Amino acid sequence: MNSAGLLEPITTTSALSCENVRVSFHDHEVLCDITLKLRQGEWLSIIGPNGAGKSTLLRSIVGLTKYLGTVTLGDGRVPRAADVALVPQFPVLPKGMTVAEYVLLGRTAHLGWLARESQVDRKIVSSVLNRLELAGFAERFVSTLSGGETQQVVIARALAQQCPVLLLDEPTSALDVGHQVSVLELMDDLRRTEGLSVLAAMHDLSAAGRFADRLILIDHGQIVAQGNPVDVLKPDLLSDVYGTPLTVQSIHGELMVLPATRQRAQTLKETS
Amino acid sequence: MTEMSFPTIAPANNNTAHPAVQRAFGFSITATLVGLAVLVAVGLLSATSGAAGLPVKGVFASLFDWIPLFGVQSTLSTTQENILFEIRLPRLVLGLLVGGSLSMAGAAYQGVFRNPLADPYLLGVSAGAGFGAVLALGFGLDLSWGPFDTVPAAAFVGALVAVLASMTIARGGGASPATLLLGGVAMAALFSAAQTYAIQQLSENRAREVLSWLFGQLNTTGWKQIWLLLPYTAICGVMLHVHRRHLDVLRVGDDEARSLGLNPVRSRLTVIVSASLLTAAAVSVSGLIAFVGLVVPHIVRLLISHSYRVIVPLAALVGAAFLAFVDIGARTLLAPSELPVGILTAFVGAPFFALVLWRDRWSNT
Repeated sequence: MNSAGLLEPITTTSALSCENVRVSFHDHEVLCDITLKLRQGEWLSIIGPNGAGKSTLLRSIVGLTKYLGTVTLGDGRVPRAADVALVPQFPVLPKGMTVAEYVLLGRTAHLGWLARESQVDRKIVSSVLNRLELAGFAERFVSTLSGGETQQVVIARALAQQCPVLLLDEPTSALDVGHQVSVLELMDDLRRTEGLSVLAAMHDLSAAGRFADRLILIDHGQIVAQGNPVDVLKPDLLSDVYGTPLTVQSIHGELMVLPATRQRAQTLKETS
Repeated sequence: MTEMSFPTIAPANNNTAHPAVQRAFGFSITATLVGLAVLVAVGLLSATSGAAGLPVKGVFASLFDWIPLFGVQSTLSTTQENILFEIRLPRLVLGLLVGGSLSMAGAAYQGVFRNPLADPYLLGVSAGAGFGAVLALGFGLDLSWGPFDTVPAAAFVGALVAVLASMTIARGGGASPATLLLGGVAMAALFSAAQTYAIQQLSENRAREVLSWLFGQLNTTGWKQIWLLLPYTAICGVMLHVHRRHLDVLRVGDDEARSLGLNPVRSRLTVIVSASLLTAAAVSVSGLIAFVGLVVPHIVRLLISHSYRVIVPLAALVGAAFLAFVDIGARTLLAPSELPVGILTAFVGAPFFALVLWRDRWSNT
């Protein structure tokens, strides 16, 4: 949803916060002192060029990458699989696994010691599939789905985790423009109806601006800017971070980030 | 998180899962019932066939007589009863246990290593057990201890030593499946070489004895082997059954598994230890029965489901029935002499497997 006038009432309660999160591989610092707060019901998008550390940040939050600093939930606990669900950028789709079985994997953290799925788990799988209008797909193999369907099924698995916080890693990078919009609209709808908080690493700056309540711009592992889309999506800032001339245009109140035309690029160069 | 936050996703108490979802989870019940029926049929066939020529009716009557609450009088003579209860039934039960154990362990290994070629002997169990058995048989060592005979004890120890060595090597590589697999290959090669060398040093008679053990056979002396095998089958079987969902989770890779709430390294180690113990126990009483552990899980996968929720228990059922069935042939085809059942499993299993593969070409799924 676009910005002005339609802002949902977002509480100030924190759903997730990172304080001074620092990750280094060997001697190379991938993230340095990232501090951010995801409020309950909020959609926060992380933007930044390839290698900026977006995925690393998400991986740190779910505990896949070792970090220094603290990541805590609203109640002060360190997040676990039942608290934060990650929709990976390149999900593994096992051969011969049905959609129902795949979504059932989301229940892993909720299964008891004997690891038996209960009728409740199956009902949750069923509700999630119904909610995403995928019930008819239950017996299809995940490896035979189209890109858009796959993304929905991966989201369904994340929803089956029943986590209040959802992390999306480039949720639309493999999709055509139609499916990009429908997946993002689905997420937007879900977070509003289910009260989820969303932290999404995104490449598509226009989409990031359109769907997120706030943006965080990361470059070389550091937060360069954060705030409302209008404040972060500034042509000079983006051109600088992305290393190529970009323009930001407002079309019917929506911000569009586009590569600058050659002429515009020239003018930019001259003025700087 | 509580289900409160998910008004549309959390199901109301009264609604049931969508029919397609129920179907997706439900088929295993039918398959299990069919598997059980086949198992019972094979059991009855096995109990009634053999060199002694027991009357079929008498065998049935005697079996029912044995079950409490059935008022059927056995019509067999004492000798016949002895043949039934001290020779045929133990052998049948041993076949069921070994077949089930190997198939279950094979399914577990295939899941853990995410490799369709994995079989229960992958981490050097076979070579280690073989080496142990060759040492014990060939050099006439007396390793018997309490209820354990020399060969089973030596084979069991050899198998465990080989697996432990493989796993120790791989620990340095963070216990990733590929490292473990390579560790297994190294250990298998080492123990095979040692075993071959040891066989070469033996006299011809002893070497033949060793080789016939290596081919695998279900020789029983009463119920003794079964009591030895049963604790392992029971404990490790339950462990693998309980961990079967972990194997499904591992199919999406370690990272995703971890983000779904599974500790992949711990799950993998638990499964490998259980499967290896199970295999070592089976091998120690029956020698190396090839093919069952590799192929039975595949047959279940191709015919019924790719989910380890289904494969692990069904492979146990099918493997048990398969080995007991093939053993009928091993006992009767060349009676009064016996075929090593390990040879026959491949003879019967390979064409059947080829047929299933050809019919079902798994690249399509």
